[in-house]
Amino acid sequence: MTLLRLRNLSVEFATASGRFRAVDGIDQDVDEGEILAIVGESGSGKPVSMLAVMGLLPWTATVTADEITFDGQDLLKMEAAARRRLIGKDLAMIFQEPMSSLNPCFTVGWQIREALRIHLGMGRRERQARAVELFEQVGIPDPVKRLSAFPHQLSGGMNQRVMIAMAIACKPKLLIADEPTTALDVTIQAQILDLLTALRDETGMGLVLITHDMGVVAETAERVSVQYAGQKIEEQPVGPLFRTPHHPYTGALLDALPERATDRHLPTIPGVVPGQFDRPAGCLFSPRCKFADATCKAQVPPALGPELGRARCFHPLNTDERVAS
Amino acid sequence: MTNPVMQATALQWHYQVSGGLFGKPRTLKAVGGVDFALYPGQTLAVVGESGCGKSTLARMVTMIEEPTAGTLTLDGKPIDPSQWASLRQSVQIVFQDPYGSLNPRHRIGAILEEPLKINSPDLSSAERTARAREMMGLVGLRPEHYDRYPHMFSGGQRQRIAIARALMLDPKVLVLDEPVSALDLSIQSAILNLLVDLQERLQLAYLFISHDLSVVRHVADEVIVMYLGRAVERGSRDAVFSAPFHPYAKALLSATPQADPEARKERIQLKGELPSPLAIPDGCPFAPRCWKVQDKCRSQRPILPDDAHSAACFFPENGGAPAAES
Repeated sequence: MTLLRLRNLSVEFATASGRFRAVDGIDQDVDEGEILAIVGESGSGKPVSMLAVMGLLPWTATVTADEITFDGQDLLKMEAAARRRLIGKDLAMIFQEPMSSLNPCFTVGWQIREALRIHLGMGRRERQARAVELFEQVGIPDPVKRLSAFPHQLSGGMNQRVMIAMAIACKPKLLIADEPTTALDVTIQAQILDLLTALRDETGMGLVLITHDMGVVAETAERVSVQYAGQKIEEQPVGPLFRTPHHPYTGALLDALPERATDRHLPTIPGVVPGQFDRPAGCLFSPRCKFADATCKAQVPPALGPELGRARCFHPLNTDERVAS
Repeated sequence: MTNPVMQATALQWHYQVSGGLFGKPRTLKAVGGVDFALYPGQTLAVVGESGCGKSTLARMVTMIEEPTAGTLTLDGKPIDPSQWASLRQSVQIVFQDPYGSLNPRHRIGAILEEPLKINSPDLSSAERTARAREMMGLVGLRPEHYDRYPHMFSGGQRQRIAIARALMLDPKVLVLDEPVSALDLSIQSAILNLLVDLQERLQLAYLFISHDLSVVRHVADEVIVMYLGRAVERGSRDAVFSAPFHPYAKALLSATPQADPEARKERIQLKGELPSPLAIPDGCPFAPRCWKVQDKCRSQRPILPDDAHSAACFFPENGGAPAAES
């Protein structure tokens, strides 16, 4: 069943130099119990669409959408107070830097019990018992002692576990993880990713993984949505995406992986992601694309059918026609 | 084989930290005895997790810190702190963060010419400008970039500027401290290509410090795996990546995500956390987290053998030779 449904979601920021469109007409579904990865380079607006769903964008942002529904509830029409009750309970998020996301003035135990008090109205004893249980679940050794530690007394990996414990405290239906392992070492990264997958298997929650690491995507995700300059340019299950990418950007990104290198020189993508002032008229990737022609530069490509990964491209890769030629 | 440009023997860096008001001072062992040699045109990669002493090693090699024990030689001559000023020209460094390592108030031209102003004061300003412009061409920057400020560049371009600055004094050794970690995938490949080209053309010796094993696998000739300030495994890239001897190296490789959804593999889960460098275990430093640990590992410290591919482990994986006791 569809848990989160976004239709034509756009986010614009008012900046000193004019309006900047960070998210441009994104359609996205997240099902119950699935792991969806959102990948893209920096500047592609990956976390912004999810922050819009969470209602965590600053006042300079304008969110417009045809539809934002979560679990059958329309988030666009919902009142702020009702939305606050939902955020942090059914809809939770883990941020990239655990050190700066936790409050340094309170113990981690206080911070995790706060969520339980506000959202679930638990009593003091009950809260403590649940906090210990959560710490055990995320693999923090000696939970009772660690609950009275401050964030600076714990390592980065431990703090990230505290963040995860806090996010899953109220058994959310959807967990959004924004680069949950980028600041961590690989052995800790493996532990955290296994933990998130195990939690999904246990509770059947939906998991959105925002990342730029193709290795993490390949090993963890089930469905992948590729974003470029604020647009969703392709979406496929993880196997087909890595085997037969349809959008030239996805193809070029995969070719740039060092492990796919065939000689000392890696294939590169010339240029950079377009910013506020150099947004091209037609296809956003056309200035960097080796297949681009006059049509690409003049017209905005529509999203293709699901058999072609909904790629926004006039000349998709790995089609029957292309393979034959 | 050619002679090494730089050779390190039992390089060590310990420092005293105060134990608080009434505590005794304690010794923090950041790097405890590392040997390596750098050859022209070759890349030595140092891999390991945070806290393993990679960056301290870079600081000793670039003569920012003086080793507390051990020797470092450049072109066969031992390095003494009294000659640092003249020898530093031969060893340059590129830092991880291209946003923090360039002076935001200087134009690119000034950034590139500054090393020449300090180290070759007899050059005229026209000569300096010519050298800077030549270097910009070499790293793929356009001539009009000369008068721009760092904020006008993307991360990849800034890393090119940082590389150009490091090369201004014709160094023999280039220390690359996580040079592509802060960059996006499409930019990362361009910078790696540039580094490969520069190495071929200038016969530079690279000391490549990274935690990203897929990048290391692409660029390295030799690999050293560090754990808690010690080299636990050393060998050629192919040997280390295809058949790691040390259990830690094996765990590190198995934990690295592969960008191939079909290659599902068993991850080795390591127990516990990295011990504090203030309290390194007596025996093998990896013993508290190792799944093959035996009594001998807790009491005796394994010594890294002097073979081409070797591991500091009494019970190595993949048929490696067991290490000797200390």
